[in-house]
Amino acid sequence: MTLQHDAVAGRSAAIRPDLRALVRDDRVHRTLYTDPEIFAEEMVKIFGGRSWVYLAHESQLPEPNSFLSVRMGLRPVIVTRDRAGALHTVFNRCSHRGATLCREQSGVAKSFQCPYHGWTFRNTGELVGTPWPQGYGEDFDRGEFGLHKVARTESYRGFVFATLNESAPALTDWLGPATGWLDYWIDRAPGGEVLVRSGAHRMGYRGNWKLAYDNAGDGYHPAFSHRSLLEMASRMGESKDMAYFGRSPDEGPMRTYMLGNGHSVIDQRPNYEGPGSFWANQRPQPGRERVEEYIRAEYGADADRLLDLCVGSQINLSIFPNLLIIGNQIQVVEPLAVDSTQLSWHATSIGGVPPEINTMRMRTQEDFPAFGEPDDQANFEEVQRGLAAPEAEWVFANRGLNVPGWQEVGPDGVVSSTATDELHMRHYYATWLDLMTPGGVR
Amino acid sequence: MSTEIPSRFADTSSWSYHIGNDYYRELSRQSELLREDWPESTTDELSRATSFLAGEARLVDEGRFNDWLELFTDDCLYWVPVTPGGGEPTVEVSHAFDDRRRLTDRVYWLRTGLAFCQIPASRTRRVIGNVETTVDPSTGDRLVRSNFVVHEFRAGVTKIYPGWYGHVLRSSSDGWRIRLKQVNLLDSDQLHENLTLVF
Ligand code: FES
Ligand SMILES: [Fe+2]
Repeated sequence: MTLQHDAVAGRSAAIRPDLRALVRDDRVHRTLYTDPEIFAEEMVKIFGGRSWVYLAHESQLPEPNSFLSVRMGLRPVIVTRDRAGALHTVFNRCSHRGATLCREQSGVAKSFQCPYHGWTFRNTGELVGTPWPQGYGEDFDRGEFGLHKVARTESYRGFVFATLNESAPALTDWLGPATGWLDYWIDRAPGGEVLVRSGAHRMGYRGNWKLAYDNAGDGYHPAFSHRSLLEMASRMGESKDMAYFGRSPDEGPMRTYMLGNGHSVIDQRPNYEGPGSFWANQRPQPGRERVEEYIRAEYGADADRLLDLCVGSQINLSIFPNLLIIGNQIQVVEPLAVDSTQLSWHATSIGGVPPEINTMRMRTQEDFPAFGEPDDQANFEEVQRGLAAPEAEWVFANRGLNVPGWQEVGPDGVVSSTATDELHMRHYYATWLDLMTPGGVR
Repeated sequence: MSTEIPSRFADTSSWSYHIGNDYYRELSRQSELLREDWPESTTDELSRATSFLAGEARLVDEGRFNDWLELFTDDCLYWVPVTPGGGEPTVEVSHAFDDRRRLTDRVYWLRTGLAFCQIPASRTRRVIGNVETTVDPSTGDRLVRSNFVVHEFRAGVTKIYPGWYGHVLRSSSDGWRIRLKQVNLLDSDQLHENLTLVF
């Protein structure tokens, strides 16, 4: 790790202007989205070298010795539970000559045997044995040939994060006030029981990963980028969902909150009133009328609460650098190359509700990936195309900057503003710069 | 099997009362049937089924989505699962799980002229082969299974989507109508860019 880390940092520093000149108060330089060297450095530092990165939800690792094969930046890694249930992250990279050990997406295994020459490793990383050990000298120490282990793996209420940085802050400190918003989202589920048990919408676009992060906290774009969805929704009369982004959102009650370390959230809940309002304003899903009739007949006064659980949380929570909580989905930003990104939308079910509620949740979670997100991703790709012009150097994030009355500091010290402020970009780029600058460790 | 639909919900392009537990059970029965081994079909049956698929394919490839929509029954489903083979739609999401209302939405959405992911629109051409057909013994519906390769060109990029279709067709006074179209993409659970073309 150290060699690669230094090599990337050293090479880049020698040929590139200071990153501090590329991230300004009101704008960032186009090369942050187009330069493969900057991307390579991000994949080391921002995706795990210095910062915490989201890897998995605990429900994807349901029992002792469960494993899940994912990426940490570009590193193939395996998140495992040991037999006592504790979480570990090891590189999915054989310490012999480099082959990936685990070629399945998930499963249960106490150990992994490399398919190439048969080295076998415990799911916590230790080398257990090599075929025909007499071929190694007497000084061969198995203890030196374990899998590369990611220094820290921690869970916040089911959300599993990891970092290679021994001296990173505690996960709860890194998350800061974002924990309160995660708590709201988790506690919507009775008993806080959230389950990832569906296949994911794995959506790809030909653009830089930060285009997705820029967008996740962007309350400016919906009225334009999502016109097709809003128009479709009006086929059947008025629905409120997202329409509030259209009518001067800055005069409405929606706010965006800066949560530190690049995290932010847009709170759309003030657009709704009381139990049943999320449900009433959701674009209609297959089976809606039948389920509503059944739930109201069976559950009476509790029906509004249950029906609201079929519908998204009405917050968009962005946890830097790669976790986006949107609606009921856990969305993971997975960079593939400087101009190629996978966005995995993991649909969630919840415990403690009748099965019809979870089925309706699935039907709701198919709506936005089909009719909303593709328009955004088309715009991300067109941004990437536009950024090919070297002479037009800047990407602006200046909406709301120096506008009197927009930003406010709350009693908890959290800065908030109206939903179309590009403050969230200025906010996370400060963290980005810290993590990318020599010595800047969060 | 069928539930009485209250008359105010009779128009399934606006209301969706009929998708309940019994519907999901029936879907899973049909979907299993579409994967079973079938007896060999007669040349006549095969050629009728093949020409129906070719006609449907032409409507989609020529962007005649309103005409395509008319091919579906009121209780139809256009289904593109994420989980290979279909999975369990009551607990899993799909790329498309379109009842008549959502399919009408989809066609409306494509035709708004505002969907940036379809500006420019996808140009598609598909080849369909390995057609097999039989009859659903419990409903009399015509079952058709086929392989497809959809070629798409959009915004300077050509893409290829292989997979297989399962069709459940019901006789009506003017020919077959589609009750179920299950689209099984070979790599349905993997990364896809802009999956907004119609299969
Ligand atoms: S590369 Fe794994 S045993 Fe050789
Ligand atoms: Fe959006």
